[in-house]
Amino acid sequence: MSQLIFLKGLMLGIALACILPILLPPGVRWRVPGGIVLGLAAGLGIAASVPSGYLSYFIGFMTMASLYAILSLGLNTQWGYTGHLNFGVAGFFAVGAFTSALFTIEAPTGLAAQYTQVLFGLQMPFLVGVLAAGVVSGLVAFVVAVPVLRLRLDFLAIATIGVAEIIRLIFQNERWLANGPQPLRGIPQPGRCLFESRHCEWLPESLAWLIEPLGTRDYTAFYLMIVAAFLALIYVVLERTCRSPWGRMLRAVRDEESSAAMNGKNVTFARVQAFVVGAVVMGIAGALYAHYTVAIDYSHFHALFGTFLVWIMLMLGGSGNHRGAILGAILVWGVWAGTAFLANALEPLLALIHEDLPGRAQYIRWLLVSLLLAAVVLFRPQGLLPEEMRVSNHLRGNGH
Amino acid sequence: MATTPSEMTDDVGEATPLLEVSNLVMDFGGLRALDAATLKVGQGTITGLIGPNGAGKTTLFNVVAGYHEPRAGRVYLDGEDITGLPPHRIFARGLCRTFQIPREHASMSVLENLMLVPRGQAGERFFANLLRPGLVREQEAAHRQHAEEVLAFLDLSHLAHEYARNLSGGQKKLLELARTLMADPKLVLLDEPGAGVNPTLMGRLKENIERLNRERGITFLIIEHDMDLVMSLCDPVIVMSEGRYLMEGPPEAVRRDARVLEAYLGGQYAAAEG
Repeated sequence: MSQLIFLKGLMLGIALACILPILLPPGVRWRVPGGIVLGLAAGLGIAASVPSGYLSYFIGFMTMASLYAILSLGLNTQWGYTGHLNFGVAGFFAVGAFTSALFTIEAPTGLAAQYTQVLFGLQMPFLVGVLAAGVVSGLVAFVVAVPVLRLRLDFLAIATIGVAEIIRLIFQNERWLANGPQPLRGIPQPGRCLFESRHCEWLPESLAWLIEPLGTRDYTAFYLMIVAAFLALIYVVLERTCRSPWGRMLRAVRDEESSAAMNGKNVTFARVQAFVVGAVVMGIAGALYAHYTVAIDYSHFHALFGTFLVWIMLMLGGSGNHRGAILGAILVWGVWAGTAFLANALEPLLALIHEDLPGRAQYIRWLLVSLLLAAVVLFRPQGLLPEEMRVSNHLRGNGH
Repeated sequence: MATTPSEMTDDVGEATPLLEVSNLVMDFGGLRALDAATLKVGQGTITGLIGPNGAGKTTLFNVVAGYHEPRAGRVYLDGEDITGLPPHRIFARGLCRTFQIPREHASMSVLENLMLVPRGQAGERFFANLLRPGLVREQEAAHRQHAEEVLAFLDLSHLAHEYARNLSGGQKKLLELARTLMADPKLVLLDEPGAGVNPTLMGRLKENIERLNRERGITFLIIEHDMDLVMSLCDPVIVMSEGRYLMEGPPEAVRRDARVLEAYLGGQYAAAEG
């Protein structure tokens, strides 16, 4: 195994080691160490045996799947635990992405400022950007929650989809804010210097040989590692907080508001908290997306990709189950990616029917994904990994 | 004419009333559900609240528990004005209510339905779960023990790990009662605890209410249509009619009162009997 393949395999392995322990069933002994070892082995194995083209595809696939898994986790707090029918996921995703971008880019000066207008560019480190994305997204959610959370279910859905559209249109039209309809480019990537000059300021000269063979093309594996680490961290935080009296309060509010109120729970406050926590998580996903794609614009945050795909993931995986939310994201992103090949394969056939059809082949993917959603709702509404009866993890064991 | 509670000095006793409702008015559109309703519930009593359908009994409960803000009038709990407070604040002051049709948290176990109730749970604060897991774990263990004791007390232990939605109607009624026990309340408002409960379970329900009253000093205000239950359990009994306080007294006196018969049956029957 060459040093390059080993390094790539190691990065992929670390990423998988973050995700696999989550997906293994909770009852399994050695779940965490086992998952980590399995993940590392799988990463190295895949890197060693798969041609580099397929390897990059797999890395890209896992990065997007992990990003969607974070969105799905955020929605799970809102819908799965609290019953908020939030159809505005894309809005908070966008707020997070643009916030982190503005916090980390360099504000253009001179001639460039005529072409790229931004409210500010703070050149802050990546982690500050991600943090700011979560905070701002949470603040937006809080402001939105006050009027919008007076509504329930379908009315809430209509209101939130409206909010998400407003947010998208603001980013589309307000040039001064984040370059309006033009893409916002040059979003910095953390640790990128390792792959470029191989001379990050903080890297000791003596260690430079370790990463010598890595080129800029290999950066994606490093970024996957970051996204997977965030996914694992967010999973742990949400599992801690939701599988607890806090989550029990949310589920009580979801099941029967009036009774929760009569049990001394501040229903409005609980509903707002869940909405804000979910939005913070979605904002973090937005930030991670922005630094992944480097250039973002309003068109990335359409409801189809930003909201409904996430809903299908959560519904398939299992509303109310964090592991389900992550599994659903990976599976549905797999279906989504797989249908791209299917759509391509169908193009000749479609051409026989009508000459315009091949150009529209990609819409078949939406048809198939919608059919998947319909099938989930009809045949397995509880999802692949259904919600557990026990809410609080403090009750584990003893027959509960 | 309705008698005002202040005239009823012989029954409740002169102890400060635990609950005092004065001149409560509540409208739903054009309908006046409560029309200057005024009544007192004495400390340590099991007070019955009866009246024909539409007399405003459940509306009174809803206003007292904070679900509706009254158009006029005040509600005092233990001498403190609680008018217009949200339900969770009123709960915190020691008032618990149950619903006519049980409203259990269907997707949770019976055990967790009960563990939900205790006040001041650190784990209900988002960050406490991350920063003080030890405290949360400790409280959870204590609440679990309390919940198991309550379940044992009501003879429901075998259902602890059942989905609340799978309980029978009568068991759900018991669960409603169990919830109130988790709160350690001063006053419990029970809305038709007997409706839809079979006689055996009913006997147990009654026994439990009496025991709680006796052993823990909990005051009950009970809406009930089952006159046998009211007559054997409650003293005094308050009668409401058309959104107003009509009269109150010991069950036997209420049973014989001409005004009560009139309210239930209409004027001509009362006249015929009289």
